[in-house]
Amino acid sequence: MLRQIGIPVASVLVFLGLWELLVWVNGWPNFKMASPSDLPPAYIRYWELFLVMGWQTLWRTVAGLALAVLVGTAIGMIIGFSRIARDALYPLLVGFNAIPKATLVPVISLIFIGQHDFNTVLMAFMISFFPIAVSVGIGLSTLEPEYRDILRSLGASRFTIFRKIALPKTLPEFFGALKVSVTLAFIGTNLVEIVSPHGRGLGALFKSGETNGDYPLMFAVLIALAFLGIVLYYAVVYLEKIFAGWAERPQG
Amino acid sequence: MENLIDIKGVTHAYKTDSGPLPVLDGLDVAVPEGTFAAVVGPSGCGKSTLTRLVAGLLKPDEGEVWLHGERVKGPRKTVGMAFQNPVLLEWRTILQNVILPLEIVAPSMSQKDREARAHELLDMVGLTGFDDKRPSELSGGMRQRASLCRSIVHKPEVLIMDEPFGALDAFTREDLWQTMRDLRAAEPFTCVLITHDLRESVFLGDQVIVLSGRPARTQYVMPIELPKDRTLDILYTPEVADMLHVLRDQIKIAQGREPEVY
Repeated sequence: MLRQIGIPVASVLVFLGLWELLVWVNGWPNFKMASPSDLPPAYIRYWELFLVMGWQTLWRTVAGLALAVLVGTAIGMIIGFSRIARDALYPLLVGFNAIPKATLVPVISLIFIGQHDFNTVLMAFMISFFPIAVSVGIGLSTLEPEYRDILRSLGASRFTIFRKIALPKTLPEFFGALKVSVTLAFIGTNLVEIVSPHGRGLGALFKSGETNGDYPLMFAVLIALAFLGIVLYYAVVYLEKIFAGWAERPQG
Repeated sequence: MENLIDIKGVTHAYKTDSGPLPVLDGLDVAVPEGTFAAVVGPSGCGKSTLTRLVAGLLKPDEGEVWLHGERVKGPRKTVGMAFQNPVLLEWRTILQNVILPLEIVAPSMSQKDREARAHELLDMVGLTGFDDKRPSELSGGMRQRASLCRSIVHKPEVLIMDEPFGALDAFTREDLWQTMRDLRAAEPFTCVLITHDLRESVFLGDQVIVLSGRPARTQYVMPIELPKDRTLDILYTPEVADMLHVLRDQIKIAQGREPEVY
């Protein structure tokens, strides 16, 4: 327990210490680079904004992620089970994923004018569903035929085989992809929050810090985003332990 | 005695990019009820195809597969399968793994009855007390024991095994032969075993069927008239040595080589 919490906490403290030292040694003013000691005053001054904006960023990221899980799993199932669908969908998926999502912000904000929440959730979804779709697809298509045969030889339906074997067997890959998607979803959310005028969420707070030349505020937002990312990541790790803990081998 | 499995003139080819690849050519196999048929043959001669045909997972291009007087048209609940890879589900405990077929075949059976049946088998193969272990915590031999339990937990008429002991070390393999012999004494299933090991085929089989090279047909059938409760010692008798010699030569013929002159 001490090791599980102590080591990560210690590494963060060391990181903050080195950061402080770097700024102090170089004698940088805080418009060049704020130091960790500049951050607490920013949090104290704007704590209400941080709570409100942080919540907006968090719920929209989680909503986008939830959508990515649903759609990504569905696409993964389609490309996992059908070779034709795989051949047909892969170029489209890869092509779509290769498009820098920043270029899509003006596109979707023109299609859905004023729907700020919807646009943000949509962007978080678009940027994060790809790893889930690919990993579920690979997990299902690489299922060894023997696994299917032990149930198929008993006359089990395709759905039963999926529920009893394919689905649980794919969970470790799914959670691996979800960890990647968590951090991607934050990028999607913030892209919209920063780029759209009159945005909301931590991205908008960052933007207002920039506009007002409040550099410690900008850095404080970045750290707050990192914090939210860590929280959500470990939420996924927790779920993984519950649903796919069997895949973890004891360390020898 | 009635034949439980009757394979009559089965011909089968796989479709590949470079045209059809014939694997079976007029194969005939007959296995009387309650007996053990060991099938040997050169690598890649279509032995695994044979198991999938009997299990109803594959339809032959020509010929017929009969099981208990009925033409096999698809999978049926009265078949059990075991493979070289024990294919245990890593997310289930050993007990839950053994119970799996009952969840499909006997949905109305109570959990208590399922566990009782699983325990009966786990005790028989020497896995008492391993109920709650995960497959990853067991050795290869123990995993294969659990896999055997799972393949017969629903009391199938036929147990089909595709090289179940092929990946085990020699001593573990001999242990499992004895386990297999004891299981057969306790449970009434008819058995088809695909193997590369001639000693295994003679120790376990009531008949040994040698398949020819691809496309395979039945090349030679050797009835094994040894006592049911045979022990490993029997493998070192001159009688068995002669049988092994004959089988060895048949394999050579199947491989398309000259039998050794002796």
